[in-house]
Amino acid sequence: MAKKVALLQGNSACAYGALYAGCNFFGGYPITPSTEVAEVLSVELPKVGGKFIQMEDEIAAMASVIGAALAGQKALTATSGPGVSLKQELIGYACIAEVPCVIINVMRGGPSTGMPTGPGQSDVQQAKWGTHGDHPVIALVPSSVQEIFSETVRAFNLAEKYRMPVQVLYDEIVGHMRERIEFPEPGELEVINRTEPTVSPEDYKPFDPSFGDVPPLAAFGTDYRFHVTGLNKAADGFPTTKANLVDDEQRRQIRKVDGNQPDIELNEEYLTEDAEVIIFAYGSTARSARYAVNELRKEGVKVGLFRPITLWPFPEKRVAELAKQAKAIVVPELNLGQMILEVERVAKGTCDIVGINRVDGEPINPGQIIAQVKEVK
Amino acid sequence: MAYDYEKHIRPGKLPHIWCPGCGHGIVMKGMIRAFDACGLEKNNTAIVSGIGCASRMNGYMDYNTLHTAHGRAAAFATGIKMAKPEMDVIVVGGDGDGTAIGGNHFIHACRRNIDMTYIILNNSIYGMTGGQFSPCTPTGAKASTTVYGNPDPTFDIAKLAIGAGATFVARGTAFHATQIDKLIAEGIKHKGMAIIEILDDCPTTYGRRNKFRSVVDMMKRLKEIAVPVAAAAKMTPEQLEGKVLTGVLHKEERPEYTEQYAQVINRAKGA
Repeated sequence: MAKKVALLQGNSACAYGALYAGCNFFGGYPITPSTEVAEVLSVELPKVGGKFIQMEDEIAAMASVIGAALAGQKALTATSGPGVSLKQELIGYACIAEVPCVIINVMRGGPSTGMPTGPGQSDVQQAKWGTHGDHPVIALVPSSVQEIFSETVRAFNLAEKYRMPVQVLYDEIVGHMRERIEFPEPGELEVINRTEPTVSPEDYKPFDPSFGDVPPLAAFGTDYRFHVTGLNKAADGFPTTKANLVDDEQRRQIRKVDGNQPDIELNEEYLTEDAEVIIFAYGSTARSARYAVNELRKEGVKVGLFRPITLWPFPEKRVAELAKQAKAIVVPELNLGQMILEVERVAKGTCDIVGINRVDGEPINPGQIIAQVKEVK
Repeated sequence: MAYDYEKHIRPGKLPHIWCPGCGHGIVMKGMIRAFDACGLEKNNTAIVSGIGCASRMNGYMDYNTLHTAHGRAAAFATGIKMAKPEMDVIVVGGDGDGTAIGGNHFIHACRRNIDMTYIILNNSIYGMTGGQFSPCTPTGAKASTTVYGNPDPTFDIAKLAIGAGATFVARGTAFHATQIDKLIAEGIKHKGMAIIEILDDCPTTYGRRNKFRSVVDMMKRLKEIAVPVAAAAKMTPEQLEGKVLTGVLHKEERPEYTEQYAQVINRAKGA
């Protein structure tokens, strides 16, 4: 049977991806250019008995998502620009309390109100460092409408599997672009749900490390009663200032991601085998980069594209290998140089690294990339 | 026989953090009696709090308990109630938590008329951080950040809640201990947003800066300023000067939010 296809906007694909993943709660606040995610889910969620709520502000939206997730729901919010800044407080809460949830960040120009209708990739370091304190981070960066669908599903899977907030970042270009999308059949993409406790309610500890680095999570309103706090806590969920317990808990949380990077990491490589110049690009910028690679290859230039789909944790190992292989890495970004810092960090001076940067609300076009590659090759 | 509070308290979680003379424990006992009176089931009840002395209360109580971020309790609680409307959702916190940093969440939870009971302990001060003035500190009073006297006007929490759309609003005091459980129980039984303000004392950070020589003086103040609504109806404006009304201040019937959303689901499924 032919697959269901549609001409769909990126933000709509995100909403349908969420539904595919089993999302049954959305808490949001209107903000350009992410609003269509909320609009589509306000229509679709109640059809399947899910809940949509437009909260009074961005912080409340994030709070409602965490509350719903602790009551057992697969919960989503979507925002942009200053909305992401406002949510940072409670993204940190979701980290420390280990609450599975997904945050969509449709990136626009900034800082502050910036350019609400223009694209940007300025939030990629914020995704890692935006909330205070040490905590694990998973951030995904799809670059097509189809991939927004599949990465939204994967974001829910990773959130549920590792019991933590997962961010999906795509720039306004990808969010508002319309492309052909094939809807996966039910069962075609894996859908993961959180591990629930099997111990007796009396023995349940919400942060019990004896189950590994990802303790099972019960839901409010079941036979399991438990306490959740934003304070540093012990395995039983209650606040503690005991140095060893605080340290153990924080390091365990970091291990959830650091210890499982092969499972979380996802990259696409295009003609990198023999490449002397590597273009490191993500999101809409990777689309221009791929076009540039094709044009340059016609001229015999040995150039390839490395495209992270998981941006955080950063693909350190592979980028370090490519840095040893290549003469130069070119890093086009719709910011003034953010992920280039990571590329430089892991390359450790083994090749030249050059950025192409725009923050004028316009995309980076293939011509700019072609010119830069010719200069460094 | 003495009332059995123990069965509602998590084993090993007491003693509490509150100072000698603080009224928060009186309010917690009132909450427990109210929960008993309403027959709340522990597994089916969530107690959500913000940040501050009052917000530590739920950690002691053997229910589903969520100690959230400063001011955000009502918004977290809204997520829980939307997810599971069959649960009883209680919010507890202080005056600064609820009406300053959490003011937006407070008024919108009232506006939605979502079925929860919000117990707000008003001790007129940020106690946990050492006594800075809150939106409920009386004008002219001393706090660690108003040593020359508080220049700010004061929120009337009950009026704020009524204006924002809460359908049940009541006020009690930590002195009138036996009234607390009755007000909270009535709020829990009410379908919709119930705000129960309990005037409380903070001898440590408020009393000692404002010429209350003892905890007894602070409790006497609560006794003296409180006037039940029925009694107030017979008093002149002059007699009511400096007094605070207590009891059920407002009650109305209006559609409840999760029931309204259940109709949204029905309409969406029928479409």
